Amino acid sequence: MTKADLVEKLAEKINLTKKQTEVIVNTVFQSITDALNQGNKVELRGFGSFRVRHRNSREGRNPKSGQKVTVPAKKVPFFKAGKELREMIDTNKDNPA
Amino acid sequence: MVKADIVDFVYEKVGFTRKEAADAVDILFDYIKNILEEGEDIHIVGFGSFNLRNKCERIGRNPKTGEEIVITPRRVLTFKPSRILLDLVNHQL
Repeated sequence: MTKADLVEKLAEKINLTKKQTEVIVNTVFQSITDALNQGNKVELRGFGSFRVRHRNSREGRNPKSGQKVTVPAKKVPFFKAGKELREMIDTNKDNPA
Repeated sequence: MVKADIVDFVYEKVGFTRKEAADAVDILFDYIKNILEEGEDIHIVGFGSFNLRNKCERIGRNPKTGEEIVITPRRVLTFKPSRILLDLVNHQL
């Protein structure tokens, strides 16, 4: 499901126009993006938390040439599903994935 | 940042009452949860995707006692950040 599908279904649910719903959905994801960009974490009860993890630089290899390269340190956005969501998903694992 | 902060942003942006903004945010996350529960992945352009993965049964080990245990098959949720989000947190945009 894409954001467009999400907006369409949600607009029906909350009885708003698609345009208004799109603004809401965009604002929610933009605010999470901004928080992560500032190095803050985002905790959503019953859903999960977003935070930024630091990866140290490491020695990698070009798989084609076998040449050693240094992979620079970087930050990676990380999501951890909350207990409620994790259990919901696992309990319903017989639904097609 | 917690959900109340997100509600504030929506409230400022959309011109709802705070209650309406809070309801809209709740409905959004509940709906996302339902989609995932039903086994469908979600892709948000510019943000990332939530993907479901089926894990097979495997043998794990209690790192404290060294005892071997069977990890049951399960379904887990993973998040893959979009290129845009990844570059943003690394301040390349």
